[in-house]
Amino acid sequence: MSFFRINNLKKSFYDLQALAGVSFEVKEGEILGLIGPNGSGKTTLFNCVTGMLKVSGGEVFFRSREVTNYKPHSLYKLGVGRTFQLVQLFPEMTVMENMLMAIQESQGSIWTRLFSIGEEENRRKALELLEFLDILHLKDQIAENLSYGQQKLLDLGMVLMSDPELVLLDEPLAGVNPSLANNILKRISELNGRDKTFLIIEHNMEAVMDIASRIVVLDHGEKIAQGRPERIQEDELVLEAYFGG
Amino acid sequence: MQLPASNKKYILSAVLYVAAVISVPFFVGFSPYYLYLSTLVVIYIISVMGLNITLGYAGQITLGHAAFMGIGAYTVSILTLRGWSFWPAFLLAGLISLLLGAIIGLPAIRVKDHYLAFVTLGFGSIIFLFMTNEEELTGGFRGLYGIERPQIFSLSLSSDRAFYFFVASFLLILTAAGLWLLNSKWGRAFKAIRENEKRAEMVGVNLLAYKVAAFAIGSLYAGLSGGLLALLMRFIEPTSFPVTESFWLLIMLVVGGRGRFEGAFIGPLVVMVLPELLRGTEGLYFVLFSLISLFILIFWPSGLAGLLETLFEKVFDREMPGLTK
Repeated sequence: MSFFRINNLKKSFYDLQALAGVSFEVKEGEILGLIGPNGSGKTTLFNCVTGMLKVSGGEVFFRSREVTNYKPHSLYKLGVGRTFQLVQLFPEMTVMENMLMAIQESQGSIWTRLFSIGEEENRRKALELLEFLDILHLKDQIAENLSYGQQKLLDLGMVLMSDPELVLLDEPLAGVNPSLANNILKRISELNGRDKTFLIIEHNMEAVMDIASRIVVLDHGEKIAQGRPERIQEDELVLEAYFGG
Repeated sequence: MQLPASNKKYILSAVLYVAAVISVPFFVGFSPYYLYLSTLVVIYIISVMGLNITLGYAGQITLGHAAFMGIGAYTVSILTLRGWSFWPAFLLAGLISLLLGAIIGLPAIRVKDHYLAFVTLGFGSIIFLFMTNEEELTGGFRGLYGIERPQIFSLSLSSDRAFYFFVASFLLILTAAGLWLLNSKWGRAFKAIRENEKRAEMVGVNLLAYKVAAFAIGSLYAGLSGGLLALLMRFIEPTSFPVTESFWLLIMLVVGGRGRFEGAFIGPLVVMVLPELLRGTEGLYFVLFSLISLFILIFWPSGLAGLLETLFEKVFDREMPGLTK
């Protein structure tokens, strides 16, 4: 049974083909790095597989179930969480409210949500995660008052609240100082050790080569290589895509 | 049944809000004119509370809110004039507003901001045209006369004072319900949609369900307030619910403070009482009123409720207790 599989995924914006039939698989328990030059279609791929964009062709499977064009909220309930390239929070809510918001919709029905059942358990979980991410002291702060790095950590915390099986991270290290970047990488590795599967877009080559067990490389909407990091580093097509031939 | 502590808190807040409102005639006096004005303010508070749910909390712009007041008013008037008793007519008015509100909420899944404003504005215009043109049903521009106030057990509501407390009791119920809703997970989901729709969707928020709910509930409040308005006036005509009335409701909410529970109380009070206070200035009153409103919007974009919060924080050096924002 495949865990998460993308088959011949296509996306066009009028004449521009952003994804020209991309296929690959994410294996359960791995960290898969998705790299490629700017404009190669990485974020478009994330948007397509999470239902934020309608695909033009191809299929997406999660645990052998076809989830192509599923709405983001349905996919979230199945256990797929994602972050965005630019931090996406609820800016006027506190850190704690952001965390609670990230889990409430995956519990119960819309009617039970009219009564605040299960909030204490969620609060306890949020506190644990905030401590794990070293931002526990900020729990009552308004999210928009946090530094960018702290917002990134909160972003990661939110995606972990509902215990997704697959976590899609879109440039988790972008705009973050080196020590915080190390901190984030350490957290991802630790979570991976706890059986969380990650699909990560990242431009920091050193970091992605270090943390990912396999890499998929996109260029102009096509997959040009996939394999172990050490092999990707020597792949001619990859070097050409990044440095020009 | 033992209520959870948090629910007791909302009921207590609701009682405090409403007590503050009801006490007004005790200060200004029970003259027919003041009672009429106070009742009108309470009715508009109910309507603006609904607008606050749709626009203030869930962030869905609507310029058709007055149409729902019209729907409520006409439903109650048409049915009671045809022999229905008040309660079923009033319930049906609420139900129709709720359902039409839900239908108006449907386009919100595809259109946003200014475009949504136009869609709702269009709805408001259609309802206004319906009220003016369907003469057999609505009486057209002549309106509908002779709407009777109901009797509760042996208590007649024909006296203005009894009617004032009758309307205030609705305010109490709807305030408690509003506080409960906005402090539930629904309230948080509404705010999530307002603050970041993209992220809301990605943390599992069903945008369609919550947007439709925000419109439906807001419209229900408007419909019920419209029903009460018909009883207050005992006469209704389409010109009570033109498209511009929706703008007035919007001004009330923005001046009061959108997305702040107290905003729906302060806004109608200020917007409806201020012209009365400025009456002595004769021709200038509208200019002064507009200037004061503009001043509030420029210096306190979070409205008078926001200003109140800031002042409280400055004086007591802590957040105002019991806020629902």
